[in-house]
Amino acid sequence: MKIGLFIPCYVDQLYPHVAKATLTLLQQLNLDVDYPLAQTCCGQPMGNTGCSDDVKPVAEHFIKTFKPYDYIVCPSGSCTSMVRNHYKDVASHCEGYDHVSTRTMELCEFLVDVIQIKEINASLPYRVGLHQSCHGLRELRLAKSSERMDAPFSKVTQLLAMVKGIELVELDRKDECCGFGGTFAIAEEAISCQMGKDRIADHLQAGAQIMTGIDMSCLMHLNGLITRNGDPLRVVHIAEILAGTIK
Amino acid sequence: MTQMHTHHPKKAAAFVSDQARTTWHNKALWFVRQKRDKAAASLPEWEQLRDTAAQIKAHSLSNLDEYLEEFERNAQAKGITIHWAATGDEHNQIVYDILKTHQVREVVKSKSMLTEECHLNPFLEKRGITVIDTDLGERIVQLRNEPPSHIVLPAIHVKKEEIGELFHEHMGTKKGASDPKYLTESARLDLRKKFLDAEAGITGVNFAVAETGSVVVCTNEGNADLGTVLPPIHIACMGLEKIIPKQENLGVFLRLLARSATGQPITTYSSHFNGPQKGSEMHVVIVDNGRSELLSRKKFWRSLSCIRCGACMNTCPIYRRSGGHSYGYVIPGPIGSVLAPNKDLAAHKSLPFASTLCGSCTDVCPVKIDLHHQLLAWREEVVKAGKLNPGKRLAMKLTSWVLQSPQRYKLAGKCARLAMKLPRVFLYNPLNIWGRQRDLPPAPPESFQEWYTKNRDKNS
Repeated sequence: MKIGLFIPCYVDQLYPHVAKATLTLLQQLNLDVDYPLAQTCCGQPMGNTGCSDDVKPVAEHFIKTFKPYDYIVCPSGSCTSMVRNHYKDVASHCEGYDHVSTRTMELCEFLVDVIQIKEINASLPYRVGLHQSCHGLRELRLAKSSERMDAPFSKVTQLLAMVKGIELVELDRKDECCGFGGTFAIAEEAISCQMGKDRIADHLQAGAQIMTGIDMSCLMHLNGLITRNGDPLRVVHIAEILAGTIK
Repeated sequence: MTQMHTHHPKKAAAFVSDQARTTWHNKALWFVRQKRDKAAASLPEWEQLRDTAAQIKAHSLSNLDEYLEEFERNAQAKGITIHWAATGDEHNQIVYDILKTHQVREVVKSKSMLTEECHLNPFLEKRGITVIDTDLGERIVQLRNEPPSHIVLPAIHVKKEEIGELFHEHMGTKKGASDPKYLTESARLDLRKKFLDAEAGITGVNFAVAETGSVVVCTNEGNADLGTVLPPIHIACMGLEKIIPKQENLGVFLRLLARSATGQPITTYSSHFNGPQKGSEMHVVIVDNGRSELLSRKKFWRSLSCIRCGACMNTCPIYRRSGGHSYGYVIPGPIGSVLAPNKDLAAHKSLPFASTLCGSCTDVCPVKIDLHHQLLAWREEVVKAGKLNPGKRLAMKLTSWVLQSPQRYKLAGKCARLAMKLPRVFLYNPLNIWGRQRDLPPAPPESFQEWYTKNRDKNS
């Protein structure tokens, strides 16, 4: 099984340690991982702005880059959803579209559904709050959303529960959006920041020392507010916890 | 009363600048969402009900012409007069003509978003007819001379102290009173006189049943019943999408509607109107006003399934923090942002962007409208129509050009990281909207790609 590591553009540029943690984690599991150097971005910024014409060449490039791999694994729910759910309108004509769009997986779901991981060699003796990123939650169904009434499950908490010493805190609003939303963060700056502050306050009232999540984009927005306001909350990507690269 | 044309971010920013009020508004609506969760969780078959409702609506909308005619035949057989209106103005004219024929000067109206959509009140008032909204929330916003801010809770944006002042001014209640029980009782007494004086009653319609020709109106206050039983004329106004095929379908929708709206098992009153009372008249006005056009839009027709429960508003994190008036359309929140561009894309182009696409609205919707996907699809329509801000359009074209080439991407990334190393005073300039309330992440010395290229051999 050959895995293509898909690192979102802003993670590549701004959070290389998260990409390294993802790579480390997959290698710890003795998986054959390759990072194709031709990769750029999934095209989501244009897609979410409604510029599907501009997504098209970027999606074509993505499919060409990743089609040789059995699985494409990405430490982001949002970017994974872009490839899986939103390429059909712009890139279904491409050779390799079916393969790439069905084989692109978010890191946690890959570990749970494909690798069927049973144990994780990491420990984190802290109270941790999980920020549920919306696209992972409601587009990829990594967990049951609070609106739905079917049987509860969560692939992400399932993984976190394997980390030694971790204590997951109970949030008041367990899956409310953080307000990032891509260009929304700029276009609706006032609401975006208010939503972020409310998420942070929820984590603080729940006694979290660390906030984690599957999407660095939500966490970038939240951490930006936390840093500015000096809130006592450390923000880490889930890959860093699972790979044991933070202490 | 006129609204329309809006730039959501501006009005939203104004709303959210009052932190205390925003928190209060957010909490009030979240409370309703939590009540909905509890009520929905009490039914093990909840998701099955949603599926069934979505299918019935899809079927009804796909066979709308037949069901509308079946409804007309059966309603006429019951002595109901049916009117057809292509536009909001036609609807208003029909209602006015009925009232004029009977020399009606005062009419009571229960909640109807359709009449809000058509601006019936100002139309009638201009022609000398007094309209009294009898739903308590509607009455409050009518007295305040503003549109409702929510389709189920029209005055959710108003605090009880403000209602106290309003009622003191209009009904002579005690100054400074804010006890909800006292204020409600006062409004009730005041409205009772209006009910008795009214010469006609107007209602909306929640469901129109094709096989029986009857209409169902759901209220919590019984005001639709009082307003139709006392006066000799009942005019029910409905959008043509309100049709359901069979009486038995009501069992699905009535169970979903109140649970989704307010967390009640069922609305206090679910009144079935089966024709005029003895010596009275009953009219049903069936209104298109853009609905046929919406039905013809491949990506958007399913939004006509909406049963106006308001659950998407209660759950929407943006609605809760920006208030209904920030949308500048008769129906706010996610469903309003999907419906408004169908009426006027240019005027409402900011609404599809007033969302993080979090998808909570889609998951809460009792008839499973894929709201956040429709919002995204409307963004594409905004772009196609050339209505996206030119700066943004250019930025997207440029970004696309950069991302098509690994070399250009690498260079752009490097430049961006360099720029982020500027001293704070330059970095956090007025053009940096991100940085108004948020810090940027510290720029790392190298990208993952640069690191991987150097260390590739060690990693393979």
